[in-house]
Amino acid sequence: MHKFIPNTKNDILEMLEVIGVKDVNDLFLDIPEEFRLTNELDLQSGMSEIELRKHIFNVANKNKSIDELTCFLGAGAYDHYKPSVINAIASRSEFYTAYTPYQPEISQGTLRIIFEYQTMMSGLTGMYAANASLYDGQTAVVESAIMAIQSKRKCDTILVSKSVHPESRKVLKTYLSHQNINIVEIEMNDGVTDLEDLKGKLDKDVAGVIVQSPNFFGIIEDIEPIVEATHANKSILIQSVDPMSLGILKSPGEMGVDIAVGDAQCFGNPINFGGPYLGFIATTKKLLRKIPGRIVGESADKDGKRAFVLTLQAREQHIRRERATSNICSNQGLNALLATVYLSTIGKEGLKEVGMQCINKANYAIKKVTESGKYALKFNKSVFKEFAIEGKNDVAEINEKLLNENILGGYDLSKEYEELNKVSLYAVTEKRTKEDIDTLSEILEVI
Amino acid sequence: MEIKKGLFYSNDHEWVKVEGDVALVGISDFAQHALGEIVYVEMPDEGDEFVAGDVFGVMESVKAASDSFTPVGGEIIEINEELEDEPQLINEKPYDAWIFKIKLSDPSEVEKLMTPEAYEEFCNKED
Amino acid sequence: MNYDKLIFEISKEGRRGSSLPEMNIEKKELNELVPEKFIRTSELNLPEVAEGDVVRHYTRLSAMNYGVDSGFYPLGSCTMKYNPKINEEVAANPKLANVHPYQAEETVQGSLEIMYDLSGMLSEISGMDTVTLQPAAGAHGELTGIMLIKAYHRSRGDLKRTKVITPDSAHGTNPATINMAGFEAVEIKSNENGEVDIESLKAVLDDEVAGFMLTNPNTLGLFERNIKEIAELVHEAGGLLYYDGANMNAIMGKTRPGDMGFDVMHFNLHKTFSTPHGGGGPGSGPVGVKKKLEKFLPVPVVSKNNEKYFLDYDRPESMGKVKGFYGNYGVMLKAYAYILTMGAKGLREASEMAVLNANYMMNKLKDYYKLPIDRVCKHEFVLDGLIDNHEVSTLDIAKRLLDYGYHPPTIYFPLIVHEALMSEPTETESKETLDEFIEAMIAISKEAKENPEILKNAPSTTNIKRIDEVRAARDLILKWEK
Repeated sequence: MHKFIPNTKNDILEMLEVIGVKDVNDLFLDIPEEFRLTNELDLQSGMSEIELRKHIFNVANKNKSIDELTCFLGAGAYDHYKPSVINAIASRSEFYTAYTPYQPEISQGTLRIIFEYQTMMSGLTGMYAANASLYDGQTAVVESAIMAIQSKRKCDTILVSKSVHPESRKVLKTYLSHQNINIVEIEMNDGVTDLEDLKGKLDKDVAGVIVQSPNFFGIIEDIEPIVEATHANKSILIQSVDPMSLGILKSPGEMGVDIAVGDAQCFGNPINFGGPYLGFIATTKKLLRKIPGRIVGESADKDGKRAFVLTLQAREQHIRRERATSNICSNQGLNALLATVYLSTIGKEGLKEVGMQCINKANYAIKKVTESGKYALKFNKSVFKEFAIEGKNDVAEINEKLLNENILGGYDLSKEYEELNKVSLYAVTEKRTKEDIDTLSEILEVI
Repeated sequence: MEIKKGLFYSNDHEWVKVEGDVALVGISDFAQHALGEIVYVEMPDEGDEFVAGDVFGVMESVKAASDSFTPVGGEIIEINEELEDEPQLINEKPYDAWIFKIKLSDPSEVEKLMTPEAYEEFCNKED
Repeated sequence: MNYDKLIFEISKEGRRGSSLPEMNIEKKELNELVPEKFIRTSELNLPEVAEGDVVRHYTRLSAMNYGVDSGFYPLGSCTMKYNPKINEEVAANPKLANVHPYQAEETVQGSLEIMYDLSGMLSEISGMDTVTLQPAAGAHGELTGIMLIKAYHRSRGDLKRTKVITPDSAHGTNPATINMAGFEAVEIKSNENGEVDIESLKAVLDDEVAGFMLTNPNTLGLFERNIKEIAELVHEAGGLLYYDGANMNAIMGKTRPGDMGFDVMHFNLHKTFSTPHGGGGPGSGPVGVKKKLEKFLPVPVVSKNNEKYFLDYDRPESMGKVKGFYGNYGVMLKAYAYILTMGAKGLREASEMAVLNANYMMNKLKDYYKLPIDRVCKHEFVLDGLIDNHEVSTLDIAKRLLDYGYHPPTIYFPLIVHEALMSEPTETESKETLDEFIEAMIAISKEAKENPEILKNAPSTTNIKRIDEVRAARDLILKWEK
């Protein structure tokens, strides 16, 4: 028998006798004969750990990781510092081998961490409450749009700015095309949401408006006039936000935003080729009951002792079935754990410092890269940790040359924005050094 | 289980109390028992207009969340704000805990609802 | 353990748990870099703790948790099998984990190869033609699958199909998914054998039906013996058949959804393929389809051309994207390691032993607990509370199991069994473990008769007792405040 299966031959015989059948195959006679497999599946035979390790070593070697390259690539997936504490805690199997905390008496560890996570995320975003997490930043945008539609039952339109992450807009389009909801894009003006275009598109059918700040180009958008215009139309304003910026930048809550969403991969989660990441959603007291997914609340046990438990479950799919606010069932529990431990470790001063390093280094990089005049900053706006640079060569060509020097270049914006031909989106996190940036600009100079 | 006299009842277990061209709407004792301890009532907004049978909100207990339908049509003129903080009033005094007052668009709609006697029979069948 | 702190409650101004290197460039103040109106003015609510405090706090919290590594976890429908340690090692490999999703394809050939091969292996296990790995979880896979069904009908100009059928035993995500995909959910009753009632199915099948979502074995742990007829009926009506892969652990190497007539399905890598549940996620819910649905799959599709792997976005009929990037890749790595470790024979043995263990437990318990349908089960079975005891509820039994040191079975699901106790032992548990659990269950059935108060007051040995859920939902304290 396989090493993960403890039953011995004798065990099997004893168990079959209790059941009253002769052979294990007798337990599969309810499968119609024509559908029973008679041959083994066409897969390799099982590998030992020695073989598997060797195989993985060989396959993994076909990759080049960001440990080997200097990473200036971001666009929604970031190379931030991860304190060693995170992995030590996340490796505790009491956490990672547990299921959803449906039995709160033996799940207080998970429940407390989610409660801490909710506290941190609602505080950072300046919102009343956050849920226990969603799949990723993109689906969080979708869920927020659905929340807006559900709170404005007579509306059928969502406005979304073109400066929102293209993947978010794509996922939004997929989902909403099934729900008879119109998506109208708001044009950009010099890299940010065009306020006049937004105002022109706001009408009685608009349930919600989605913007992103720092936006896809790293630019800090002027959210408050957008909030004002949106609220004047009685619509809901949704802001997708890089939570790493919230140590220093004004929070969605302070600006009157109704729903804050985003991806908290940046908080201690590995970059992992795009997933699993950590979608978050936080909202006002007014919209709280419309929030999808799990949420943990404080209560007490029958002895009066403080205890935590999943709450607001009645609106979830287990109970409401086809009338649920969303079909989401799981949350990104382990990713939320990483984020919580990250935020605990990095702490109040640490998060400000990370933010200050990002914004300073990004501005330093802009200065260095554009110094000679060969490259120009595409949009003359305040940025947080990313910025768009226009050059004279195709981005793909530049990136290939950078790669030869073990540098992972910026994101090629022409892939998603036709007009941004030869424009590259660079990301500079606190991990990049002065030397990294100087080297980048020197190499760019000679391309 | 109490069925209060002088009210009209709907198939969805709401009660209606008519005061001129205005009606108060709540849920019956039968309904609050079935739902269990109510933790939240989602209410309509003042000024909302409904036709009979529309969903006006949601009633949540720990184990259930059910849509609530208005048995009569019209414009919402007042909601019972007390229920926002104390939804348990519906469990405690279902016939005092009205949810909203509605200005009836068609007072004759009330005649289609059940009398207490008819409602009692209706509940017996549901049990 | 008697520990009742939150991280905020051990915070003290001036402590810190991390440090960054000095910035050796000229540091500008924030108001030199951005307009004043963009600067945060409200205080951050993050804790201030030293590194050691963080470690001790979360280590203490871990002691208040119970995972598969802690003990038996027969949670039905969740397949709480052993999570092999080699999986974690593979997923943590820095050359696999520290890869940016937008890197050039030639620098991520290893990752793409793994995804390509994993899709292929899942296709073989399920009998489907192609598998996308993009969906993030089971429910997300369901949604992708139902949207694929819609794309299929739309492409044929068949726009009148607005309904999707589910049995009344279905998991709540099924109807929620149907609604989210813009269809109307139609529920049909199960028959007295706990299977799809063919007459009820026929009664709702018409040219407005887009599809039928089915779990097989179903949520009662019973194999739908009429699957051939069901598939024929659905197909004759022009609908497609959806397979909910929650219960795949019963059939690996024994039968395949693709062979049974299913057109589209999702897998739960976090159930069948041993990736850990993480206290609620992340999961991974790949979706397999038959040839006719292939062109509608979400972009990108991992493809291969002359020994080079690439992300194929050039798929004009694709339903679009359902998730950022390419799916929960970190979870895929674990499932990949698992399938390679098991091999074909190991997977078959896993299903055989999962089914053997479930039948053994069911037979040992049916004299004490009500077994609504007494026939061979698959990987799980559902009991309906105690025999002749109306005083003690399934909740009480579950809570008493906590005192015996077990995670209880799934309770009150499926909804069609009133006092449902749904047990799924999985193949990774030994006969001794099952015997000990069976003994505990029998002891509880005796306590229920002799001293029901013990059950009603259970648990009594955990550090937290039964929790006031009504208070949690009414007061809604969702964050810590000073």
